[in-house]
Amino acid sequence: MTLAEQSTGYQRSQGLEKRNSTARVLDVGFWGLTLLLAIGAGAVLIWVILQTADSAMPAIRAFGPGFIFGTTWNPVTNVYGVLPQIYGTLITSFIAVALAVPLGIGVAIFLTEGFAPKWVTTPIAFAIELIVAIPSVVLGIWGIFVLIPAIRPFFRFLNANFGWIPIFGGGTPRGNNLLLVGLVLAIMIVPVIISITRSTFEVLPRDMRTGSLALGATRWETILRVLIPAGLSGIISSVMLGLGRALGETMVSAMLVGNANRIDISWLQPGTTITALIASQFGEAGRTQVAALMYAGLVLMILSLVVNILAEVVIRRFQNVE
Amino acid sequence: MQSQSMNNTAVDLRRIFEAQNLSVYYGNSIALRDVTLNILEGKITAFIGPSGCGKSTLLRCYNRTNDLIPGAEVKGHLTYRGKQLYDKTVDPVVVRRKIGMVFQQPNPFPKTIYDNVAYGLRVNGMKQNLDEVVEKSLRKAALWDEVKDKLKTLGTSLSGGQQQRLCIARAIAVQPDVILMDEPCSALDPISTMRIEELMKELKQEYTIVIVTHNMQQASRVADYTAFFNAEALDGGKRVGYLVEVDTTDKVFSNPADQRTRDYVSGRFG
Repeated sequence: MTLAEQSTGYQRSQGLEKRNSTARVLDVGFWGLTLLLAIGAGAVLIWVILQTADSAMPAIRAFGPGFIFGTTWNPVTNVYGVLPQIYGTLITSFIAVALAVPLGIGVAIFLTEGFAPKWVTTPIAFAIELIVAIPSVVLGIWGIFVLIPAIRPFFRFLNANFGWIPIFGGGTPRGNNLLLVGLVLAIMIVPVIISITRSTFEVLPRDMRTGSLALGATRWETILRVLIPAGLSGIISSVMLGLGRALGETMVSAMLVGNANRIDISWLQPGTTITALIASQFGEAGRTQVAALMYAGLVLMILSLVVNILAEVVIRRFQNVE
Repeated sequence: MQSQSMNNTAVDLRRIFEAQNLSVYYGNSIALRDVTLNILEGKITAFIGPSGCGKSTLLRCYNRTNDLIPGAEVKGHLTYRGKQLYDKTVDPVVVRRKIGMVFQQPNPFPKTIYDNVAYGLRVNGMKQNLDEVVEKSLRKAALWDEVKDKLKTLGTSLSGGQQQRLCIARAIAVQPDVILMDEPCSALDPISTMRIEELMKELKQEYTIVIVTHNMQQASRVADYTAFFNAEALDGGKRVGYLVEVDTTDKVFSNPADQRTRDYVSGRFG
């Protein structure tokens, strides 16, 4: 190596030292900012939980874990329990998910698997996304003035002909009941299930479909035996997101559930949910009752948290499949 | 364009596929023009040629997977053992069971190794002796020894070369008549490629194989017959593929009839 070559090599290694420029300051500053925001987001969650727990403390001391098994809600004697509310929340959410999942997966398959040309599927997909934009109070009022009158004959038909099945039993249904709330919640969560399931199917490689078809499988066999198992983690996460939304939805429940503090096996009878309880009682609650309502809110948060953790576990388990 | 020697050889060998003036369109544009070509039973036929020459398009006609591409249209005659493949009465699902396919990218299903191989059998209702057929297919695909202790693990957890052999096992499990291979080694390393090539020579004993390859050495190593396709630009810049010549692999590589073939196999373009 000549001397001249050595010197160019030396020159090229110049300027590698850290620069004290504004770019570097901005870089560090930006890192700090994002860190702060990330911590802030987590802190808000913890703050809300702690604050709620703190406000609920008098009720927690008074009723303890018995609160979730109690069936009385009596502001006069200050005896509170939320079992009917927990029951109503779980049943309405279950109905919503049970209705929305098959519908959502079916629509997602229709939209992604080439059953119709693009000029048909694109407007449908767009309309579905727009369902999310309907405020829940509008859905609630629509439920009262449109859906109930329209669906009441169906409820009565169910009650009259299938009343021997306990979930459809009881007296003649008036309209406000658990099934109705489940139905409207299903309308609210179906777009979530459709859009997540759809994007799951869209990222599955085309070769996976062709591979199945090339073995002599029909389109349905390909969908049922290859695509749905392959997209299971996406489908499950969409269901869990939908379930989370159904558990916490307030306006629809408060307006349509009937606010009857009771546990009835029949879905055609009025009931209550945790959210409906809080929304309807909060305005005129005294100090002890506010604490009890906060406690109920805490129970709902824990319920949602448990569902979300469960979802995370399930998704991790099925992710190995992909 | 069909060379004379090919037709002479064909006298004592059965023709599995016969294409006459076959053209394929995607929407309004033509992808492959006027192909007349026979595929002979028990032989390996390789399709070579530059990108966009329509060799994969032709391959997909044989098991009607072109049907899955929106706007695809096939014109001309194509017979499978004397039966018109694109006849209205022909069910493509049945065609695909008889004519297996291996793809460019290994595409095992996200299922266990066992379920991957058993899949074709299950959807076709061949549920007797599943264990036995799965083992036999994996043995034929030269994969059994590597996976026999982990049949319940995911097919997608195997290496690329193993995945491709799994896909071959999956294809032969349903006992097809023909196996189509669309650049089966292009995503694999040289050692895996060698194993697949050896496997093809084994499989030739029982199956007719048609392979599309970008790799001319591969064609010269494994194929009995080689078809060279070329592409030309149309007005408007779209390209259309056509068959230049088909003959025994020896002839195509050592003494091709067409100057374009000579230029391609000697590495002057493509």
